[in-house]
Amino acid sequence: MGPEVSDEALVKLAVNGDGEAFGHLLERHYDLLFRVAYRFCGHREEAEDIAQEVCVSLPSKLKTFKGQSRFTTWLYQVVVNRVKDWKRKQSTASRLQNAYVEVEALRQEEAAETSRNLKWLEELMAQLPEDLKETAVLVLGEGMNHREASEVLGLKESTVSWRMGELKKALRIMAREEA
Amino acid sequence: MNKDLKRLENAFREQRLEPDSKVKAEAISAAMRSFHTEKKSAAAQGISEQTRLKEQGGRNETLSNWRRVMNSIQSKWTYGLAGSASVAVLAMMIVGPNVGDVLLPQESLLENPVVANKPLKPENETALVDNPQNREATGLSSPGVALNEAVRDEGVSRVANEAADLLSANRSRQQSQPQLHFNKGVNVGGAVPATKSLSIAPSTIDVPSQQFQGQGRDKFEAVDANPVKIVREDPVSTFSVDVDTASYSFMRASLNSNVLPQKNAIRIEELVNYFDYDYDVPTEKSAPFKANVSIMPTPWNAGTKLLSIGIKGYELPQVETPSSNLVFLIDSSGSMNAPNKLPLLRNSFKLLLSTLKPDDTVSIVTYAGGAGTVLEPTKASQKGKILAALDSLRAGGATAGAEGIRQAYNLAQLSFKEGGVNRVILATDGDFNVGISDTEALKSYIERKRETGITLSVLGFGRGNYNDQLMQTLAQNGNGNASYIDTLSEARKVLVEEAGSTLFAIAKDVKLQVEFNPALVGEYRLVGYETRVLDREDFNNDKVDAGDIGAGHTVTALYEITPPNSASALVDPLRYNAPETQFDGDASEYGFLKIRYKLPDSNTSSLITQVIDTGHAVQTVDAASQDSRFAASVAAFGQLLRGGQYTQDFDYDDVIELAQSGRGIDPFGYRSEFINLVRLAKSAAALQPLKQ
Repeated sequence: MGPEVSDEALVKLAVNGDGEAFGHLLERHYDLLFRVAYRFCGHREEAEDIAQEVCVSLPSKLKTFKGQSRFTTWLYQVVVNRVKDWKRKQSTASRLQNAYVEVEALRQEEAAETSRNLKWLEELMAQLPEDLKETAVLVLGEGMNHREASEVLGLKESTVSWRMGELKKALRIMAREEA
Repeated sequence: MNKDLKRLENAFREQRLEPDSKVKAEAISAAMRSFHTEKKSAAAQGISEQTRLKEQGGRNETLSNWRRVMNSIQSKWTYGLAGSASVAVLAMMIVGPNVGDVLLPQESLLENPVVANKPLKPENETALVDNPQNREATGLSSPGVALNEAVRDEGVSRVANEAADLLSANRSRQQSQPQLHFNKGVNVGGAVPATKSLSIAPSTIDVPSQQFQGQGRDKFEAVDANPVKIVREDPVSTFSVDVDTASYSFMRASLNSNVLPQKNAIRIEELVNYFDYDYDVPTEKSAPFKANVSIMPTPWNAGTKLLSIGIKGYELPQVETPSSNLVFLIDSSGSMNAPNKLPLLRNSFKLLLSTLKPDDTVSIVTYAGGAGTVLEPTKASQKGKILAALDSLRAGGATAGAEGIRQAYNLAQLSFKEGGVNRVILATDGDFNVGISDTEALKSYIERKRETGITLSVLGFGRGNYNDQLMQTLAQNGNGNASYIDTLSEARKVLVEEAGSTLFAIAKDVKLQVEFNPALVGEYRLVGYETRVLDREDFNNDKVDAGDIGAGHTVTALYEITPPNSASALVDPLRYNAPETQFDGDASEYGFLKIRYKLPDSNTSSLITQVIDTGHAVQTVDAASQDSRFAASVAAFGQLLRGGQYTQDFDYDDVIELAQSGRGIDPFGYRSEFINLVRLAKSAAALQPLKQ
């Protein structure tokens, strides 16, 4: 089965019990799950856990995919909700803080090869408020347009646009502080 | 595009996030298993997603699952607290003046006085969350939100479960908070429960939905009782010894808060082995133990007999105890901030100190916020220094990764004592994330370390999210033992009285095998040891791992045996395959017992054998020894708690009567305590509206 088979077709097969199709779906999209989870929570192991949880929950969840949106949009929704759950259930900031401390340690180890931009990104992600961060991850990180991002986040498109404006402001202020 | 945004976009692009291919493969295979399970159970209704995962999944899923459970607890907890916040605070105030440690939360509150006002500063956020009282405050503000979110995400079918969990969290929280102090009162005040606790009791009255009581989020492996076996078909029974006692203390903690423990929390052999029995002890270290066999009528079934096999390990004279190098690895994360956790732990370790020899070394590593060595290897003679380090422990911060466990093993390596006891003692409430991302990896890490001579013991503390299975797994793989510490007297029992057996193994890989004689035994059933059963061929295979026995440990195994052709037989004889009536066995022998063990420094096993014959049998329960009667009463109690599948109409009162007849001298009061627990179970059972 090549990549030319659409996600939606694979989903249909999987829902009807085709394990191979389901496996292909996972192969194809695991990276996305992991990437988004990582960017949202900033912690590799947590992201791996979240990605795995999403994978494991998919067999039962797939049935709820009705095909009104693209499969990836739906998948983004699932992982974003899962991450949000995770965050809420965390002792909120404590673990997060910790996560970034670990990232920080890793970063120091690899400081030599880590570019300035990456360092900046990590610091930025640790500082940004949640709403701006999730918007940034989807729009800039995943290259979605405002409408797609709004669909994933369950917001109005205008809210996403507004947030992008806020993000711009926040970045400008930080850039000024940096300078 | 704006240049700042562009920069961010480029940074994202530059941050190439490659998932670890192994982790990816694992996730996918876990999902595939889930897929097939889903397919199979599509018709089955009403099973929650988590149950299915737990039954079907491999270790990794269990871990993720566990973490998820842990995570969801935190929010539910918060919600649960909303109802009882004021009560909890009140209780702390009351107890505070009596027990200094209970004041901890207030202390830490003072350390971070202005937490609530500063926005989004991570350090303050941490403090806010880790302080239980603030946690309560947070919970008060948005319980409804949490519930709604859950509904949206998981679909309507989950709502009921979620709500149930919320209620149970709510409930057990309300229950346990005051009860903790009740327990405390027992320890501090002496033998009789202080009536003072009555002043707090009203808080438990307005509690909803009793049926969720006691289910908690404590995790136990589901185990079915060993089945009845027919001697003709399956004459040989093989199992590994089990010297853990965690199950007993967990049961006690439950019953002391008037809740019947969940069925799977009860491992009968651990209840029976909690007590010391007066078995014959060998005098030589070379043969580390003797087998003691006795047979009496089964108290709960007149038609069967109870075969008891007891062994007691050789006790090392004090001069011979090897020197020890102990590393305390202490979980000091925020969740340990409860009177029955960190403060109890601190006092427990102080007790352990008193048993050490001056040359023994102690080090302390904590993991919370950042893992840290609190105490470099220090000789036990410098008691003041060690005590000061223990006293400086404060709960707070999140659990920090692999670092803690690695540091602990490094320290153990650093002060390694050739020929001595080198052991990491992990103390945690189970809410620990040791950072190695799956149980398998953690297990193999501990196994590798065991091969270098460093063993691991696990001390469990607290209730609410105690992860029994993980603790057992870790301790078993580290050749150590798992104990559950609920009170200071339990700490004394485990760490002081049994320090010898806890620390010094005298035999390892101890396996028992009994072959029954069909001439005298028709059916048999091993009581307990469900998780320790071995295959017949494993007995002689020295590669198969089994339990260790420490100095002075007693281990007891009970079989319920039914005579052939007895009316009490549970299995009917076959009509078409009528058995031959010829027996080769001697009609005076019930069976033949074999024990295999290895000396601690040997890799080949030795064998002890013993004939079980009619000379070991007594005709009435009263004629049996006190120890036998008491052991039988404990086994009966365990079976009742597990649902009483084989105990007929034997009830709690019968247990009490039998236990009283076998109480004996009871110098430390453990047996009397047991009898009180049975009484508590009787009243808890009466409260329990639904059988679990």
